[in-house]
Amino acid sequence: MTNDIPGIKKSDVAIIIGSDTSEGHPVIAARIKQAVMEGTLKLIVIDPKEIKMADFAEIYAQHRPGTDVAVLNGIMHLIIKNGWEDKEFINERVEPESYEALKAEVANYTSDYVEKISGVPAAKLEAIAELFGKAKVGALYYTMGITQHTTGVDNVKSTANLQMLCGNMGVPGGGVNPLRGQSNVQGACDMGALPVCYTAYQPVATEAVQQKMEAFWGVKLSNKPGCTMTVAFDKAYEGEMKAFYIMGENPLISDPDLHHIEHAIDNLEFLVVQDIFLTETAQKADVVLPATTYAEKDGTFSNTERRVQRLSKAVNAPGQAKHDWEIHQLVANKLGLNWNYGCAEDIFKEITQCTPSYAGMSFERLGRKGLHWPCPTADHPGTPVLHIGKFSKGLGTMFAIPFKAPAEVPDGEYPIYLTTGRILQQFHTGTMSRKTPGFNRLAGPHVMMSVEDAEALGVGNGEDVKVSTRRGSIVTKAFITKRMPKGTAFVPFHFAEAPANILTNNALDPIAKIPEYKVCACKLEKA
Amino acid sequence: MQIMINGNRMEAKEGQTVLQAALANGVYIPHLCYHEKVGAAGKCRACVVEIDGMRGLQTSCSVLAKEGMVVNTQTETALQAQRLVIDLMLSTGKHDCLACEQNGHCELQDAAYFLGIERPSILYADIDREIDTTSEFVHVDRNKCISCGRCVAACNGTVVNQVIDFGMRGHSTEIVFNTNKKMADSTCVQCGECSQICPVGALIDKNSIGKGRIWELDKVSSVCPYCGVGCKLELYVDRKTNKIVKVEGAEDGPTNDGMLCIKGRYGYDFVGHPDRLKTPLIKENGQFREATWDEAIDLVVSKFSAIKEKYGPDSIMALSSAKVTNEENYTFQKLVRTGFQTNNVDHCARL
Repeated sequence: MTNDIPGIKKSDVAIIIGSDTSEGHPVIAARIKQAVMEGTLKLIVIDPKEIKMADFAEIYAQHRPGTDVAVLNGIMHLIIKNGWEDKEFINERVEPESYEALKAEVANYTSDYVEKISGVPAAKLEAIAELFGKAKVGALYYTMGITQHTTGVDNVKSTANLQMLCGNMGVPGGGVNPLRGQSNVQGACDMGALPVCYTAYQPVATEAVQQKMEAFWGVKLSNKPGCTMTVAFDKAYEGEMKAFYIMGENPLISDPDLHHIEHAIDNLEFLVVQDIFLTETAQKADVVLPATTYAEKDGTFSNTERRVQRLSKAVNAPGQAKHDWEIHQLVANKLGLNWNYGCAEDIFKEITQCTPSYAGMSFERLGRKGLHWPCPTADHPGTPVLHIGKFSKGLGTMFAIPFKAPAEVPDGEYPIYLTTGRILQQFHTGTMSRKTPGFNRLAGPHVMMSVEDAEALGVGNGEDVKVSTRRGSIVTKAFITKRMPKGTAFVPFHFAEAPANILTNNALDPIAKIPEYKVCACKLEKA
Repeated sequence: MQIMINGNRMEAKEGQTVLQAALANGVYIPHLCYHEKVGAAGKCRACVVEIDGMRGLQTSCSVLAKEGMVVNTQTETALQAQRLVIDLMLSTGKHDCLACEQNGHCELQDAAYFLGIERPSILYADIDREIDTTSEFVHVDRNKCISCGRCVAACNGTVVNQVIDFGMRGHSTEIVFNTNKKMADSTCVQCGECSQICPVGALIDKNSIGKGRIWELDKVSSVCPYCGVGCKLELYVDRKTNKIVKVEGAEDGPTNDGMLCIKGRYGYDFVGHPDRLKTPLIKENGQFREATWDEAIDLVVSKFSAIKEKYGPDSIMALSSAKVTNEENYTFQKLVRTGFQTNNVDHCARL
C-alpha cells in the first residue's frame, strides 16, 4: 500500500476492484465499512462476484473476469472528457509525454465500447467516473483480482494511471493500495526473498549493489538474476532444475496446474522441505526439517501498509523443532560460512545495516506500534504515506495500456468463466486453518455458481458438481448464490480434496510471471 | 484543563467526558455500557456522580469535562445510586462467578467488588433463558447479559457486521441475532468482537471455556499469522501446558483497534496440534524415518554441494516463505546467495 490503514478515515471515495475484502482482509473491510456508515466515505465496488462489500457501495459494477483494463480505461476516458482530472498534479508530477500517450489510448474506450467488453452498463461507468473523478481524495484498493492475470502488470499500471490522473498519490486517504495476503509477504519481498534483488529491492544485477553486498557479507556473489518460482517449476519439469529447498510453502496445493507441478517435483534429484507440518509438498521431500510457528518465535513481520511490527515468543516449540533462522545457520555453518546469530534481534540489526528503508529501525523503536518503511535514520518517524510531494523516481510515468483478453476465455466446449480465490474461514493451502475443526465445519470445498447456471444444470444447493477445464477436473459441492453472475463460477483454492489448481491455467504474465488464477474456461456437469 | 475530582486537582483533555478524565487519572467509577471503542451510551447509569452546580446525579460517561469543574464520585448519594444499579443488575439473571469464564476480568464483578456488594438484595426467580451453544466459536448465555448494549454497538458500529441488536420489550429485552435466530443460523461471521467487548460472561469464546482463569495465564503480544493486515494479537498462554488458550485483538493495535477476524481470533489450533513436525525426517526407500539434526543437516549440505558441483549453482532453487519473519527471510536469501551462490530465491507473493 502506498498509504496507511488508519488513513481510510481520510478518503472521500474509494474503489475496491478485484478484492473480496470482507473475505480476504476482514479488518480492513471493517474499517472501510465504518467510514461508509459514518458517512465520510462513498464506496465503489467493481468485481465479477457481487461481494459483501457491494452491499455497502454507492455504486456496484459487475464486470466480466479479466476486463479490468477496459473498465479502468473507460473511467479515465470519462474523467478526461469531462475535465475532472487533476491538472495541477499532472502538470507538476507526471511526465508530459506519458500523459499524452495515456490520453490518446483511453480516448478509444468509450462507454459503449467498454460495455461491450466488460458488460458494465455505460450509465454505470459514467456514474463511477463522476463520483470518483469529482471527489477530493480517492483511494483505490485491490488484491489478486487485479494481479493474477496474464495482464497483471497492465492491470496494476492502470490503477496507478487512474490515481495519478486524479491526483490521489502522496495524499493521506488516497493511494494505490494492494492488500497483501499473507502475514509477512511484504517482509519476504523487503528482505530480498526475490530472484532479482537483495533487501529493499536493491537489484542483484547492478554492479554497485553487488559490490556493496559482497563487501558486507564478505562473499563473492552472482549478478545473474535468478529464477521466479513459476519458471523454476517449468525448468524442473524439463529436468533443468535439479534441487529445491522449500521453506513454509506448499506448492502442491497453491500452484497452477497441479499435475504439472507434481511431475516437476517428481523430476527433482533432491528436495528439502522445512515446515511445521508434513504438508502435501513435504511428503514428496527427501529431507524434512521441523520449524516453528509465529507463536514460538521473536522477530518482525511487515504488513500490507509497510508497517514493521514485533512478535514475541509465547509458547515453546514442540520436540526438536527449530526456528527457521537457526536451521539456516546450521546449514550455513556446515557450508563453512561462520554465522553467529544468537537471537532474532541480532539478525534485525544486520538487516538495518544493509537495508536503507529499514536503517532507522530497532526492536526498541518498533515498540508496540511499529514503524512504516522507509525509515532511513534513527530519528525518522517512518513513512505512512508514500510519494508526498515527489515520486522516488522523480516524475511519475503513465502507461498507455490497451485491453488484452485473458489467455483462455469460454467457448463452446468450456462455456463458463472459472475464477478462484479465498473464503473467510480458510487460509491459503489450509496448512494452518484446517487444523481448527470449527473452520472445516463452517467452510468446506465448493463451487459457487449462479442460480441460472444451477437451474440449467438441474443441481440443488450442496449437490455434487463436476468442474472441468482443459487441465483436469474436480468434483465438489454446489453453492448456489445470487452473488454470482450467470456464466461465472468460483472455486476456493484451500482444499486438497478438491483442489482448484487442478483446474487453473498456468499462463503467466510476461513480466511478473504471475499465473492467471482469476480467469479460465470451465464446464459444469452434474456429478 | 484542570478539574477537581474527589478533592484532587486533575488534568483533563478537551473533549473528554468526566468518566474518561477520571479513568485517565486512575479514579475508578463503575461503568458497564461505556467502552472507549464504542463510546458513551448513557444506559446503564452505573457511572453516576455529583457535579457542583448541576442538579441531581449526572452520568459521568455523557458529561463533558469543563475547566474548573468540581466532581464527586464517592458522595453517599452517588455511591448509593451506583450500588442500586449494580445490585439490580446482579439481581436480574444468573451472575454466578464460581465457574464463570469471565471470573477475574468481569466488569460487573469489578463494580460489585468496588461497591462491596456480597450478594444481591433482591432475587428474581423468573429469569431462565436458553443458552445458545449453536455457533462454532461464541457461547451465548443471556442469563448473564446485563443489556449494556456494547455488543450491539460493536457489531454495528465497529466491525459493521450488522448481526446483533436488541429484541423484545421491557423486562424481556434481550440481544438477538438478525431476526431472533440462533447465532449459528444468523449472518454472524464469528469475528468475536462481541465476546471481546462483553463486560460480563454473556458472550464467551467457546474454545477457551475451562482452559484457565485469566490470572493464571500469561499475556504475550504478537502479530496475526494469517493475512497481511498485521492485526496485533494478545495471546493468552497457559505455561503449565505450554498452550495458547485464548486470543484477543490488541486494543492498541494500530491496524486493528482490537478487531480480529474469525481466523485471527480462533485459528490458533495449528500451533499446538499433535501433527506438528517434531524431529527431522529423512526418506529412505520411500519411507520417512526420524533423524537427528546432525544427520539431516549433513545430508542436506552434502546433496546440495554435490548438485551444485555437478550442474552448477543455478540448478538449485529456493522457495522462501511469506509466513516466516523478516529475520528468517533475510537469513534464507543470505544462505542461498552466499552459500549456494545463486539468486534462485523466490516466495509465493504471486499466489
